[in-house]
Amino acid sequence: MIIVGELINASRKPIAEAIRNQDSEYVKKIAREESEAGAGYIDVNAGIFVGQETEYVKWLITNIQSVVDTPCSIDSPDPQVITAALSVHRGTAMINSISLEKERYDRLMPVIAHTDLKVIALCMSDDGMPETADDRLRNADKLVTGLTRNGIPVGNIFIDPLVQPVATNTTYAVEFLDAVERIMTGYPGIHTICGLSNVSYGLPVRKFINHIFAVLAIGKGLDALIVNPLDAMMNASLTTAETLTGRDDFCADYLQAYRKGKFEFLN
Amino acid sequence: MSIQTVYDAVLEFNNSSIVAEIKRAMAEGADAGAVLADGLIKAMDEVGQRYARGEFFVPEMLSAARTMKTGLDYLKPHLAEAQSEKEGTIVIGTVKGDLHDIGKNLVAIMLEGGGFEVVDIGVDAETAKFVTAIQEQNADIVCLSALLTTTMGAMQKSVQEIKTQCPRVWVMVGGAPVTQEFADKIGANGYSGDAAGAVVKARELLAG
Repeated sequence: MIIVGELINASRKPIAEAIRNQDSEYVKKIAREESEAGAGYIDVNAGIFVGQETEYVKWLITNIQSVVDTPCSIDSPDPQVITAALSVHRGTAMINSISLEKERYDRLMPVIAHTDLKVIALCMSDDGMPETADDRLRNADKLVTGLTRNGIPVGNIFIDPLVQPVATNTTYAVEFLDAVERIMTGYPGIHTICGLSNVSYGLPVRKFINHIFAVLAIGKGLDALIVNPLDAMMNASLTTAETLTGRDDFCADYLQAYRKGKFEFLN
Repeated sequence: MSIQTVYDAVLEFNNSSIVAEIKRAMAEGADAGAVLADGLIKAMDEVGQRYARGEFFVPEMLSAARTMKTGLDYLKPHLAEAQSEKEGTIVIGTVKGDLHDIGKNLVAIMLEGGGFEVVDIGVDAETAKFVTAIQEQNADIVCLSALLTTTMGAMQKSVQEIKTQCPRVWVMVGGAPVTQEFADKIGANGYSGDAAGAVVKARELLAG
């Protein structure tokens, strides 16, 4: 499972505060915690600071990478922000994200073409959010075709089929899950990724829904998630789901998690 | 009381019995206008309040709204001209560059449930589209939605332009990143953090 740690996002109050106060120690602390908890990438988002996003994203990346070697996921639709971020980033960054929305696609593609960057690609277009698995497959196919034609190998593509709240339409989760399965079998070597908070919007005990949804998606082949890597119950669920879907030889990861005390929250 | 059973049917999401309850209430002499006001609309107000208190959740709000709509469709031909007069006309849409419609749709559904005439102009709406709809519908209120931090700028621009071109219309804004502070800053007349609150706010604005 590839984990993108979601905590360093300015729409979270403590991070917005840290950015405003230029509190680099707080950012470093969170980065260290995310990395130690197993994040493969650390998402960096300063989108709420219109006009200062570039400056702040660079500041965040520099601070994060002064304490960890983990690459960042640069979370912005703006190619100028991404270019500036890449100028200070060490290692191979992830770009979060491109989509089929024409302006975003046309402006971002030249920045990422023929690089070894990892790219999150959202299954949405100017026609809006996808409703059905077929909508998602159509968009995924256009994204994979466009990205590979621009020299991005399929193994560096992370398709986000985009999940919508099951509270507003009970078919939304299942259409997403079907799409994950079809994308993973249709494009060998590709990755699928998603965030978890949308699915549970409008319902109580959202955290529990998010957990079960993650497990179901892993069952369909999902291999990357944008989550809080410090969530002990989520980590235990993800490890166990991978074991149960045949991705954990001799149950080694499960047993290692056990020995490291990763299930102690159950006691 | 016969209207009470109409009210109850909405709160119990009883889409299959709502028409029968309305027929019974009217057979017992209830006036169609009263069934609408004290049965359907009053029930949706209660739904909104329960939602705001965290007792009802989004799917229940949608289910109640469907029941209300089934009842309203049956009731419409029975309403006299004056009784079917709406609380007001509202144009609603998601701002330019933003394709998210779930929050906007919930607000539209609750406003309809509250007795407003709602004209939904969809997502990714240019300012001109808002202005045209406001003028064509002679709208009392316009509601703008934005889900992304990146489209809050578009919201600000649209609000300013609408205020210039349609000085008589009340402007309401909402969406995940939008706050009362931001609404005040861009000169909107109303803000709500949820769909039920939007109905209350819309009524407040029209009451003056």
